[in-house]
Amino acid sequence: MPNMNFAQALNDAHKVEMERDANIYVAGEDVGVYGGIFGVTAGLLDQFGDKRVKDTPITESAIVGTAVGAATAGLRPVIELMFVDFIGVALDQLYNQAAKMKYMFGGKAKIPMVLRMTCGAGIGAAAQHSQCLEAMFMHLPGLKVVMPSTPNDAKGLLIEAIRDDNPVVFLEHKMLYALEGEVAEGDFTIPFGQADIKREGQDVTIVATANMVHTALSAAEKLAADGISAEVVDPRTLYPLDEEGIIQSVKKTHRLVIVHEEVKFAGSGAEIAAIVAEKAFDYLDAPILRVAAPFCPVPFSQPLEQAFIPSEEEIIDAVKKVME
Amino acid sequence: MDLTNEQLLDMYVTMNKIRTFENRVAELFADGKIPGFVHLYVGEEAVATGVCASLTDQDYITSTHRGHGHLIAKGGDIKLMMAELFGKKTGYCKGKGGSMHIADLNLGIMGANGIVGGGPPLASGAALACQYLGNDGVAVCFFGDGASNQGTTHEAMNLATCWKLPVVFVNENNMYGISSCTLNSMCVPNIADRAAAYDMPGVVVDGNDVIAVCEAAAEGISRARQGKGPSLIECKTYRHRGHFEGDPCAYREDSELEEWKEKDPIPRLEQKLMEIELLTDAKINEIKSGLQKDMADAEQFAEESPFPDVSELTEDVYT
Ligand SMILES: Cc1ncc(C[n+]2csc(CCOP(=O)(O)OP(=O)(O)O)c2C)c(N)n1
Ligand SMILES: [Mg+2]
Repeated sequence: MPNMNFAQALNDAHKVEMERDANIYVAGEDVGVYGGIFGVTAGLLDQFGDKRVKDTPITESAIVGTAVGAATAGLRPVIELMFVDFIGVALDQLYNQAAKMKYMFGGKAKIPMVLRMTCGAGIGAAAQHSQCLEAMFMHLPGLKVVMPSTPNDAKGLLIEAIRDDNPVVFLEHKMLYALEGEVAEGDFTIPFGQADIKREGQDVTIVATANMVHTALSAAEKLAADGISAEVVDPRTLYPLDEEGIIQSVKKTHRLVIVHEEVKFAGSGAEIAAIVAEKAFDYLDAPILRVAAPFCPVPFSQPLEQAFIPSEEEIIDAVKKVME
Repeated sequence: MDLTNEQLLDMYVTMNKIRTFENRVAELFADGKIPGFVHLYVGEEAVATGVCASLTDQDYITSTHRGHGHLIAKGGDIKLMMAELFGKKTGYCKGKGGSMHIADLNLGIMGANGIVGGGPPLASGAALACQYLGNDGVAVCFFGDGASNQGTTHEAMNLATCWKLPVVFVNENNMYGISSCTLNSMCVPNIADRAAAYDMPGVVVDGNDVIAVCEAAAEGISRARQGKGPSLIECKTYRHRGHFEGDPCAYREDSELEEWKEKDPIPRLEQKLMEIELLTDAKINEIKSGLQKDMADAEQFAEESPFPDVSELTEDVYT
């Protein structure tokens, strides 16, 4: 398997799918000539031309809304919104139109579109360019929510997203773009709703998403040195959520720590904790703990931003607490 | 409009202050002293300077991601700005905002903005407050050619005329929104042409001629102050640097940049002021070395200031 970084893996997924299906178009701000601010759409304009790779004006409502309309009328748009924070400008088109159309029309519409957005803190981009908003999308029936953590997952999940007949929100953590890894060649998909065990363990389950998977993995490494065997589970898709996979792991370890970069209050971890409490309470030997960001916007100043992002130490502390 | 010698010199100093600040920020960013995104205003100084010349501290402005020039022209303190760019506790926003979010409400600066098209509705809102409170204030909205295509911008302008709000929309048309050239992002030659659709006056000015900008803005601002409603001023200009620091600029020709450097607003005013003997080489040196010193002081202040304490992380979320 070739080695590529996360951004290249996403780029590869675009190419595989665009070669296969002529009805896929890509649109967004700076996706063509610039190749995407994070390089994900690099080279697509040259390869597929401007009918299929469209640079747009700064007009998020119309980027999302035209994708919804085009998808309903037979195309398969894969659109980029640069930063997830900009969804505020276009939210109606996503949540009142894309997410609800099929249901409102009694099942008649099909909206096969992918909305790619960059999320996450870590580069000093401050409050309006650093958010993680996955819980907000999870809360909207009609949307699927994908959040990969490795280059291979990114590729397999993006191809799956493009082939899905529903609107898919695809969240890419900006600190992952340069991450390298082996990526399966050519056409391959990863089904939605299948969590991946990124590290096997016996004593505690750590459910983590996106960049936090890697923080959790390094915490698990340190914990191993202390004789604690942590299992790191990456849900990969938050809707559909692999409830069974998470519960299976909890049944084995009897302890659960959930880690995400979104604010803790009403974050995706609250849903995961509630599901485990409802369905596997009897298997738990300790209260479920969450490690997540505090309830504030993402600060600019580096020491504050670093304190905002959940750390390896916080994960280790939480694990030790549930192990007591 | 007859500008006094003092006004002309003030504008010359302000433009140089912005330029000096931005050039130093570019260096500090390259040295890794300033993190995050930094969008510089080099080449566009005449717009903020010419417009803010007719504003008082009671008037409001909304700015953009490319906000340093607006802030300086509206009277912002470069020490507090620099400290904010460094992420220090002593900065304008206690280090929480950074370049894209600097605000000084005492000076009517309603913040730089990380959201393109975020400012126009806020400016209409500030104008509504001025109208409502009857305090004679006006609001100026700085926004880019890219922002002119956002729904929020259209909505804010339409509402502003419906409500006859004291607001002036100042478009900074530098021909690009990151890589997206206005030739591809709009189908009318001028953003000001759109004013007709809202039934407000729309004018195009040479955005690199600070006197022309100042005259057009003075008219729009006085119109707004007199209760005659909003107007749109489009300033044609160009950014000398990349969209953000680190932008390779592969989407535009070097020759285009060179042409615009010929129209650099600062030498243009300088030449004019030398012709009328308001400026001499000695005076220019004095001004520039004074600014260099101010900049060094600001930098030292930023450098020596502490970072915010981690305990401040969750402060300021609610009032
Ligand atoms: C809602 C939103 N969309 C996209 C962006 C990303 N972005 C930041 S600046 C910019 C270009 C803005 O162009 P323009 O309004 O012409 O201002 P300029 O940068 O030229 O000063 C873009 C697309 C953003 N910050 N906010
Ligand atoms: Mg522009």
